[in-house]
Amino acid sequence: MDVLTQEALTTVPQVAPAAPGSVQQRHLNTRLGRGDRFFFRGVSASGLFVLSIMVAVGVFLAIQAAQALEATGFSFLTTAEWQPDSGNFGIAAVMSGTILIALVAGVVALPIALGTALFITEVAPTWLRASLIALVDLMAAVPSVVYGLWGLFLLQGEVIGVSRWINAWFGWLPFFDVARADPNSPLSSASVYTASTFIAGLVVAMMVMPISCVVMREVFSQVPVGEREGAFALGSTRWGMIRVVALPFGRGGIIGGTMLGLGRALGETIAVLLIISPRFDINFHLLEAGSNSVSSLIALRTFESSGFGLSALMAAGLALFAVTLVVNFTASWFVARSRSGASSEA
Amino acid sequence: MGTQSITEELERLSADVWSDPAAPTTLPPRPAPHAPPAHRRTLKKFSRADALTMGGAFVSALATTLLIFGRLTPLEGRLGFVVVLFATYVVTYAVLVALTDNGPAVIDRVMTVLLTSSAVVALAALFSVVLFVLWRGRAALMNTNFFVQDLSVTGPLDPLDKGGISHAIVGTLIMTLIALVITVPLGVACSVYLTESSGRATGLVRTVVTAMTALPSILAGLFIFATWILILGFERSGIAASIAMSIMMLPIIIRAADVVLRLVPGNLREASAALGAPKWRTVWHVVLPTARSGLTTSVILGVARGVGETAPILLTAGFTSTMNLNPTKDPMVSLPLAAFELVRSPQPAQVARGFATAAVLMILVLVLFTIARIVGGRPAGQLSKRQERRTVTTSTKDAERMRSLPAALVKEHSNV
Repeated sequence: MDVLTQEALTTVPQVAPAAPGSVQQRHLNTRLGRGDRFFFRGVSASGLFVLSIMVAVGVFLAIQAAQALEATGFSFLTTAEWQPDSGNFGIAAVMSGTILIALVAGVVALPIALGTALFITEVAPTWLRASLIALVDLMAAVPSVVYGLWGLFLLQGEVIGVSRWINAWFGWLPFFDVARADPNSPLSSASVYTASTFIAGLVVAMMVMPISCVVMREVFSQVPVGEREGAFALGSTRWGMIRVVALPFGRGGIIGGTMLGLGRALGETIAVLLIISPRFDINFHLLEAGSNSVSSLIALRTFESSGFGLSALMAAGLALFAVTLVVNFTASWFVARSRSGASSEA
Repeated sequence: MGTQSITEELERLSADVWSDPAAPTTLPPRPAPHAPPAHRRTLKKFSRADALTMGGAFVSALATTLLIFGRLTPLEGRLGFVVVLFATYVVTYAVLVALTDNGPAVIDRVMTVLLTSSAVVALAALFSVVLFVLWRGRAALMNTNFFVQDLSVTGPLDPLDKGGISHAIVGTLIMTLIALVITVPLGVACSVYLTESSGRATGLVRTVVTAMTALPSILAGLFIFATWILILGFERSGIAASIAMSIMMLPIIIRAADVVLRLVPGNLREASAALGAPKWRTVWHVVLPTARSGLTTSVILGVARGVGETAPILLTAGFTSTMNLNPTKDPMVSLPLAAFELVRSPQPAQVARGFATAAVLMILVLVLFTIARIVGGRPAGQLSKRQERRTVTTSTKDAERMRSLPAALVKEHSNV
């Protein structure tokens, strides 16, 4: 009951004054115990093991590729044919094909990813949001061979009409020109439009769209509420708010997400392999049958190559890896530099 | 109630201020308050007029598109029809809205339509992928033999009630299991290294792991093909494929687990340290259990990616149509590879089998993904109902154990 009286609200424990001479500095050390030393050694070992595997992949590819690169030198970048046994090979055709497919994918995926991300964060009613996010994540998890089947057996048939239309009206643009095609004749064969860079790019676009969308959505969801409401309070429409607040805020995420998608598009193998019919010349005609990519070249030629041919494939793979690496690091640089600082978890 | 009661309240307050002679602030004379508006403002975002505008625009666009498609231009194809219909719809809708609204409102409406339709395109693509594959594979999926037999004695011309892909299902399971055995301890240990230790190489490891997420999957296969098979002389087998798969999965798992472990609240670690636990006990008993759901998610996401990879398996596992339970010997096939090889056959039955295989693979990935969402839906430290119950039970047991200890023993312990 004493405690409850006015003056005794706080009880200070009585501490006996230390006898002079008895105060002794406690011995503190930061040395780890035996268990901890063992633990840290094990954990570091696994970290360094992972590091060494990853470095080994890169170094091994480089060493193996060196033989082929030495043999061809600079012409490796400019030769379109792929005949390693006669020493006449280069990545001009496969790399240009890879980049064109990735560009088509990027151009198609960017507006859809951006629109979907903005729809999820700004337009969709709250009850719909969680399921939309889950569906987009799900889309990113669908295996690439499934997209490949879909593109080959369903999308290709549908897209040929569009290809023919683009060729008929925009065929004067060099990119949309198709040799051997006569858009004015209804009897002309549709096969000149199949297996093209355009169709492969469309399929890859569907695969990389969710990857870009996830990053963009993450950034848009971090737009400061104050700025958002401020724009509304000044009488802005929803699109006005998106244009002056959300888009500038998320610019880093938009660029980063798109490039992350591009990085994935560059390395895609199976979907591209299913759709294109390989050809070995630099083909800028997007709608024309035949295209090529580095990864499908590797998938097709590994078993029939030996020794020097394999080294040539490694060199092509190394070039592809270098391009993807540059694209991915640029992407994470953009994402990290953006005001939102949202990380790219892909 | 909102608008009206607030207006009344405001009026009452301002009346008070005016009537007080000692008010220090002189307010400018105000015109007599108007009667509050009799009708409430509608705050609904979507009115009937909007619906009518949209419907009208759609009907008009449909008619225009039919005209363009059928009469004016040599267009063809369902996809082309949808594209033209959409473009006409947007234009018609903009014109209709412009009849009643001003510039910014028209832009806002049109952009809303564009944003919505891009989401619709994305979802339509997803559903068309899923449904198309299920539809084309339905004939093969209906037969139970598809799941229990392999293709060893089945030719491409055999009907769908003979042969199946049990060898690919088993192959996928074995390969995934081996890849899990490799990646889970290694991945978790590596992410613990990144977050918990202050080693000098953490920055380097993190950068290299990030870089490896960019590794095209075919290169992982090529690496294993060149080292494991050509240089070390092993044959193409399940274990080679598992190693290639692990190289693909490791960076994904490590990056995701790194993020999850960094989300574990620091005060939990400090509390554990304050109780005198060494670092390894803190990690084992506090950090990892707290992040368990997040870690599970990152592993499942890695598995979902690894299971669906075709390119590295193509180079390392070989192709077979017979059941092979031994991962160290002879080719072993996985679901994506089987799907890929089957659809390249010109025979309709094989193509149907390929689609069914892809459907099985897709369902497997979707199930994994759903599990990941359910398990990983909650942030670190938040327990599910069952985990909560389990924790309560354990701590009750602990309390009972403490109480049942002989008093002398407790005293002795507390004196130490």
